[in-house]
Amino acid sequence: MKILVLGVNHKTANVELRERLAFNGDKLESGVSGLHNVPDVREIALLSTCNRVELYTYVNNIVSGADNIKKFLSAFHNIPRNDFEKSLYVHADSDAIRHVFRVASSLDSMVVGEPQILGQLKDAFDFALSKKTTGVLLNKLMKKAISTAKRVRTETRIAENAVSISFAAVELAKKIFIDLSSKSFMLLGAGEMAELAARHLVNNGVRDVLVVNRTYERGYELAKEFNGKAVKFEDFLHELIHTDIIICSTGAPSYMLNKEQMQKVMKERKHKPVFIIDISVPRNIDPDINKMENVYLYDVDDLQEVVDTNMLERQKEAEKAEKIIDEEVQKFISWTSSLQSVPTIVSLRQKAEEIKNEELEKFKNKYPDMDDEKMKAVEYLTTAITNKLIHPPTVTLKEDTEDRDELIAMIKKLYGINGDDNEE
Amino acid sequence: MRTILFELALTFYFAATIISIIEIFKGGPNINKKESRVLLFIAGIGFVIHTASIIYRYAAAGHLPITSMHEASSFFAWCIVLIFFFLEYRYRVGIMGSFIMPMVFILMLSSSVLPREIRPLSPVLQSYWLGIHTFLAFLGNAAFAVAFGTGIMYLVQEHYLKSKHLGGLFQRLPSIQTLAEINYRLITIGFPLLTLAIITGALWAESVWGTYWRWDPKEVWSLITWFIYALVLHIRLTAGWRGKRAAILSIAGFIVVLFTFFGVNLLLKSIHRFP
Repeated sequence: MKILVLGVNHKTANVELRERLAFNGDKLESGVSGLHNVPDVREIALLSTCNRVELYTYVNNIVSGADNIKKFLSAFHNIPRNDFEKSLYVHADSDAIRHVFRVASSLDSMVVGEPQILGQLKDAFDFALSKKTTGVLLNKLMKKAISTAKRVRTETRIAENAVSISFAAVELAKKIFIDLSSKSFMLLGAGEMAELAARHLVNNGVRDVLVVNRTYERGYELAKEFNGKAVKFEDFLHELIHTDIIICSTGAPSYMLNKEQMQKVMKERKHKPVFIIDISVPRNIDPDINKMENVYLYDVDDLQEVVDTNMLERQKEAEKAEKIIDEEVQKFISWTSSLQSVPTIVSLRQKAEEIKNEELEKFKNKYPDMDDEKMKAVEYLTTAITNKLIHPPTVTLKEDTEDRDELIAMIKKLYGINGDDNEE
Repeated sequence: MRTILFELALTFYFAATIISIIEIFKGGPNINKKESRVLLFIAGIGFVIHTASIIYRYAAAGHLPITSMHEASSFFAWCIVLIFFFLEYRYRVGIMGSFIMPMVFILMLSSSVLPREIRPLSPVLQSYWLGIHTFLAFLGNAAFAVAFGTGIMYLVQEHYLKSKHLGGLFQRLPSIQTLAEINYRLITIGFPLLTLAIITGALWAESVWGTYWRWDPKEVWSLITWFIYALVLHIRLTAGWRGKRAAILSIAGFIVVLFTFFGVNLLLKSIHRFP
C-alpha cells in the first residue's frame, strides 16, 4: 500500500530544528506543491505546527520515496541532510497509519489529550485537498484518522479533565456554582496565568468582571479587555461582598485578605459560596480562610495537584486509546488491501458484460421478429446468468485472504484480463 | 396478581439498585450518559408496575393502601420514586439515582417481608381524611427522604472540594450549589406538605375524638420533624445559613422522619400504630 510518514516533533527535535523545518506562511503552499512533484510521491499532505512538522505521503516506493523526500527537504529548507536526518522519524505502512491515528487522537501530543491537534490536522488535509495533492488513499486515511480520534474521545476519558492550571480553575468553578453566567468575578492583580484563567472564565460564561489593580490605569486597561469594570484598590474588600469568584495574583509580600475580613464579607453576602484562586507567590490570601464554610480557597500548589492527578488519569486512558487505535489500523489495512482487487473485479465485470452484450446482439440479429416481451425475458435471463457466474469470484477477491495476490493473478489468467490495467 | 406486580416492581428496583451501586464504584465522569439512562429506564418500569400494584390494592381494599406496615413501606417507596423522577426531569442529575434507589429498594424489601393480607379497616379510620392526611404525610416525608440523599451528595462533593482530592465521584456529582438548590427546593416542598398533614390530622382527630391534639408519640415526633425543617428554612432565610449545615440538618431531619415512621410503630404505643 506504500504509505509513508516522515516528520519531526517535540520529542525528536528541539525548537530550533523544528523552526528550520517548519512550513509556515508562504512556505506551506510551495512546500506542498513542491513535494507533490518529488519523484515517487503520488499523494501528499503536510502538517506544520509549533510542535511538529509531518509529511503524510503515498509513494510508489518506500525506500526511494523517503530518500527523494529527504533530498527535497534539504534543498527546500537549505539544511544539510545530516542536520535533520537523525531527528526525522520515518514510518511506513501500518506504522505510518498508526502514527497518523495517534497524532489525530492526541496521543503523540506534548499534552496528551489536548484537542487542538485534530483541528490542525484537518486544516492540513483541507489545504492539501484544495491544492489537489491528495487522492483516494490519503483522503480515506484522513477520514479514518478523524473518526478514530472521535472514537478515542468518546470511548476514553482522555480529554476529560483539565490539565492546565487555568483550566483546572474553570473546572473547579463549575463544580461549585450552578451556572457561571450569573456569577461575578474579580481579578485581583495581574499576571499571565491569572489573565489566562480569567479569559477561560469569561469564555465559560462569566459576564460580570471586576478588575482591581494597585495602579488604576493598568486595571482600567485590563478591565477593557474583559469588558469589565475597574475598581480602586481601596474598595476591593467592599466589592468582595458581591463577588463569587476571585483570582488573586499580586506581588504583595504578605496577606491582603485575612480570616476576620473574610468572615465579615461572608456574613454580608449571606454565606453564598465563594471560590478564591490565589496564584500569587508568596500567597496573598490567608490559607486559614479555606477552613471557613462556603469558602473554597485554592493556591497554585493545590491547582497543580489537581492538574497532576488529571495527568495521571490521562495516562491511564491513553492505554485504552492505544487499543482502539490498534483496531482501527487493522481495519484500515484490510481496506487498503481490498483496494488491490478492485481493478480486477472491475475488469472481470466488464468482460462479462461485453460477452453478454455481444451474444445478445447476435441473438437479436438471428431472430428479428421476436416481440418485445420475449426479448426482455431473454435479456433478463442472460443478465442473471452472467451475474451468477461472476458473483463467487467477486466475493472471493474481496475477502481478505493470505493468497489474494495469487488469486488475482489466476483470475486474470483464466479470464484473459490483461495485466496493464490501472492497478497501482 | 397483586403479589406478582409487587414482586416485579421489587425486582426492577433491585436491578436499578445494582446498576446505581456499580455507578458509584466506577467513578470518573459519565462517558455517554448511557448508564444513567439505563438506570432511569429500569427504575421507570419498576415505578409503572409499582403504581399498578398500588392501584390494584386500592381497588381491593377500597381505601389508600397505607394501613399496614407492608402497605405503608411500599407506598412510601412509591412516593420517593415519584419525587425522584420529578427531580430527574427538572434537574437531570444522573448520579442521584445512586443515592435514591438503594433507599427505595430497602423500603420495598422490608415491605416484602411483612404480612401482606388486607385487613378490615377499624371504624375509627373509616373516613375520607385517611387518604388526604396520609397522602400528604407520605409525600412530604418522601421529599425529605430525597433531600436526605441530596444532603449526602452535598457532603461528599463538599468534601472533595475542601480536601482538594478530586477523586472518585467528583466528576459525576453536580456542583455543590446545584445540590444545595435541590435540597432547599425539596424542603420547601416537604415542609408545607408536612404542615398540611399535621393540620388535616388534627382536624380528623377532632372529628373522631373531639380533640385536635392528643400528644400521641407519632404526633410528638412529627412535631419534632416539623421544627427541624422549620429551622432549616428559617435560618436560610434570615442568616443565609446554607450549604454544609443545611445538608447536615436535612440528614438529621430525615433520621427523625425514619424514627417517626418505624420507631414509633415498633417501640412506642400509638394510635398511629399499624394493627
